Amino acid sequence: MHPALQALVVVAVAVGGCIAYFYASNLILDKVLFPARGLNAGRNTTRANLIRPWLFLAPAVGLLGLYLAYPVFATAWLSLYGRDDSFVGFENYRLMFAEPKFGESFFNNILWLVVVPAASTAFGLLAAQLTDRIAWGNIAKSLIFMPMAISFVGASVIWKLVYEARPAGQDQIGLPNALYVWFSGADPVQWLQLPLWNNVFLMVVLIWIQSGFAMVILAAALRGIPEETIEAAILDGAGPFQIFFRIKVPQIAGTIVVVWTTITITVLKVFDIVLAMTNGQWETQVLANYMYDKFFRSLDWGMGSAAAMIIMALVTPILIWNVINARREMR
Amino acid sequence: MDATAGKHVMDKIAGRKSGLVWAVHLSAFALVLLWVVPTLGLLVSSFRTGDQIVGSGWWQAVSTQVQQLAAVRIAGEEVARDGLFVIEGQLFAAGTEVNAWGTSSVQPEAYAPGAVADLDGGVTLTVAADGSFVLSSPATMADLRMPRVFATAATPPEFTLDNYGTVIASPLAGQSIGQAFINTLTVAIPATIIPILVAAFAAYALAWMEFPGRALLVAVVVGLLVVPLQLALIPLLQFHNWIGIGKGYLGIWLAHTGFGLPLAIYLLRNYMIGLPRDIIENARVDGATDFQIFTRIVLPLSFPALASFAIFQFLWTWNDLLVALVFLGTGNDQQVLTGNLVNLMGSRGGDWEILSASAFVSILVPLVVFFSLQRFLVRGLLAGSVK
Repeated sequence: MHPALQALVVVAVAVGGCIAYFYASNLILDKVLFPARGLNAGRNTTRANLIRPWLFLAPAVGLLGLYLAYPVFATAWLSLYGRDDSFVGFENYRLMFAEPKFGESFFNNILWLVVVPAASTAFGLLAAQLTDRIAWGNIAKSLIFMPMAISFVGASVIWKLVYEARPAGQDQIGLPNALYVWFSGADPVQWLQLPLWNNVFLMVVLIWIQSGFAMVILAAALRGIPEETIEAAILDGAGPFQIFFRIKVPQIAGTIVVVWTTITITVLKVFDIVLAMTNGQWETQVLANYMYDKFFRSLDWGMGSAAAMIIMALVTPILIWNVINARREMR
Repeated sequence: MDATAGKHVMDKIAGRKSGLVWAVHLSAFALVLLWVVPTLGLLVSSFRTGDQIVGSGWWQAVSTQVQQLAAVRIAGEEVARDGLFVIEGQLFAAGTEVNAWGTSSVQPEAYAPGAVADLDGGVTLTVAADGSFVLSSPATMADLRMPRVFATAATPPEFTLDNYGTVIASPLAGQSIGQAFINTLTVAIPATIIPILVAAFAAYALAWMEFPGRALLVAVVVGLLVVPLQLALIPLLQFHNWIGIGKGYLGIWLAHTGFGLPLAIYLLRNYMIGLPRDIIENARVDGATDFQIFTRIVLPLSFPALASFAIFQFLWTWNDLLVALVFLGTGNDQQVLTGNLVNLMGSRGGDWEILSASAFVSILVPLVVFFSLQRFLVRGLLAGSVK
C-alpha cells in the first residue's frame, strides 16, 4: 500500500482507536464495573471517579514511560557494554575521555552553551524593544521570527551560500567575502575553516534562528510591564537607556531566565547544523554529532550511549531547575 | 492637567521625540535587514542559472555583468563551403555581448569581436560580438582537437524556473524532491494528529481531575520536556526491532508521538487550567461525568491551544532530521525532505542552482504554515513562558 494511503489509514485507525478506547473504557467503568445504581451507588461512583483519571492518563503515561523515561535508563545501561556486548563497566567512558575528538566536542559544546543562549537572548531583547512601539512592528517581528519556521538543514544551506568562498580573483558570491575582498583586497577567506572562529560562524546560524523565539516571548513580557513603573521613572528624570536597563529588564528577569534555559536545551541538541555544514571537520565537532557518529558510522553503541549520557548530564541542572519551579508554581 | 496633555508631556519626556524615534526605526530596519538578507540571497539564487550564481553575487542579479565566461570548446557539424571546411555555430546564450575573446587561457582577451585568429595548420577562427563563431580550415578538421574559446562578455540577467523543474521531477541524491515531499507529509500528519488526541485526555486529567500523585505526574512531565531525544534513539530502535516493526513509518509515527507528548501535555494543561472554573463545576453539579465534561466543554474551549500545539508539532516533525534518519532509515524511497537536502549538500554541494531550489521547496510548506498561522504559533510559545 502506498505510504500516503497507509498514513491516512493509520490516522483513521489511531483516531478511531483512541476515541473508542476512551469512550469504551469510560462506559465500562460507569455501566459495568461500578454502576451508579442500587445499594452501592454512592460508593460505586466514588470508586469510578478514583479510577477514571488513570483511564484518561493511561495511553499518555504508557507512551511517555516507554519513549522517554525507559530510554534514559536503557542508555545508561547500554553505556556500560562494549562492542561485543560484554560488560565493560566504565571502560567506554574512560576511552571516550581519552579521545581528542571528544575533548574537542565537549569544549565546543561549552562554547556553544555560553555564546548562543546569551547572544540569542540579547538579540531577542533588542528586537523586542525596538519593534515594540513602531507602526510596522508586527511585520518586523514576523521577519525576524521567520527563521524559526524553517528546518536547521534549510538554514544550513542558506548560510552555506553566505559563507561561500570562490577562488581568488573571481567574483565572490557570499556577502562577507565580497565585502572583505572589496575592502581589504586580500584573498577570500574560507570562513568555516578558520580555527576557533569557524565555531562562531556556525553558532551564528543558530543565533539567527533562535533570536526570533527569544524576541516573541520577551516582547510579550515587555508588554506586560505595568506602565506606572515606567512613568514613575520618567517623572524621576530617567532617560530611555536607564529605563530599559534599570526598570524594564529587572521586571522581566524571570522570563529572560526561561528563554535562556529553553535555548540552552536546544543548543545541546544541535546536530543538523554541524552535520550539514562541516560534519565536525576543522575542529567544529559537537557532542550530538559526535554521538551520532559513534552510533551510526562507527556502530559503537556503547560509546555512543556514553556520549548521550554526557549530554544528559549537561541537561540535568536545567531539568532540576524546571521541576523545582513547576512545583513551586503549583502550590 | 487633563489626561491628553499629561500624555503629551510623558511622550516628550519618555524620549519619543523625533530624534529617538528615527534612531529606533533605523535600528529596527537594520536588524530586520540583517535577518532577511541570508534567506533573500538563497531565494534570488534559486531563480538564476548555475553559471550566473557562481559568476556573480546574487545582489548583482538584476544588473548586466561584464565578466569572464567559462571556456567553451567549439563543437559542430563540418560543412564544405567555397573550398574550405567550415564549422559554424553559437557559443553563448542569446543576448550575450562579447567584449573580447581568446583561444588560450594565458591570453583570454587577445582578440576583439569580429577579429580573425590564426591557429595552427591554417585554421582560422572568428568570434562575433553576438557570440557566433566561424571556424574554417583548408583541410578537414575531423581529427583535429577543437580549440576552446575564452571570452569576456556582458551577460544580461537571466531568471529561470528551470531549477525548480529539475529539482521536483528528477531523482537527485537518491530520489526526487517531489517524492521526498510526499514522504515528509506522510510522516508529519499522523505524527501531529495522534499526540494531540492522547495528550488532550491526559492534560484534562492533570488539570481538572483530583487524584493522588497528580502533582508528581506534572513534575515528571516538566522534567521529561527537557530530556534530549538523543538518549532515546538506540534503546527505542532496539525496541522497535524487538517488536518487529523495525524501521519504517509506523516506528517514526510512534517515536514522534512519544517525543511530542511532554510538550503537548504541558501546553494543553496550562491552557485548560485557565478555563473558567464555574462552567466545569456547574456541569459536575448537573451530574455530568468527566468524560462528558471533557468532550462537550473542555475540548471545544481548548481549540486555540490545540491549534497552537498542532502547528508546533507539524513544523517540528516536518523540519526534523535526526528522528527521520534513525527511525525511517536512509532507504531512498522513504527519504524525507531534510534527509534529501543533506544528501544534496554532500553530493551536489557546488551546484547552487539545485541546492537553492531544493532548499526552498523543502522550506516552502513551513513558511506558508508559519505566515498564515503565526497567531497560533506565537500563542503556543507564550503559554507558560511569560512569568
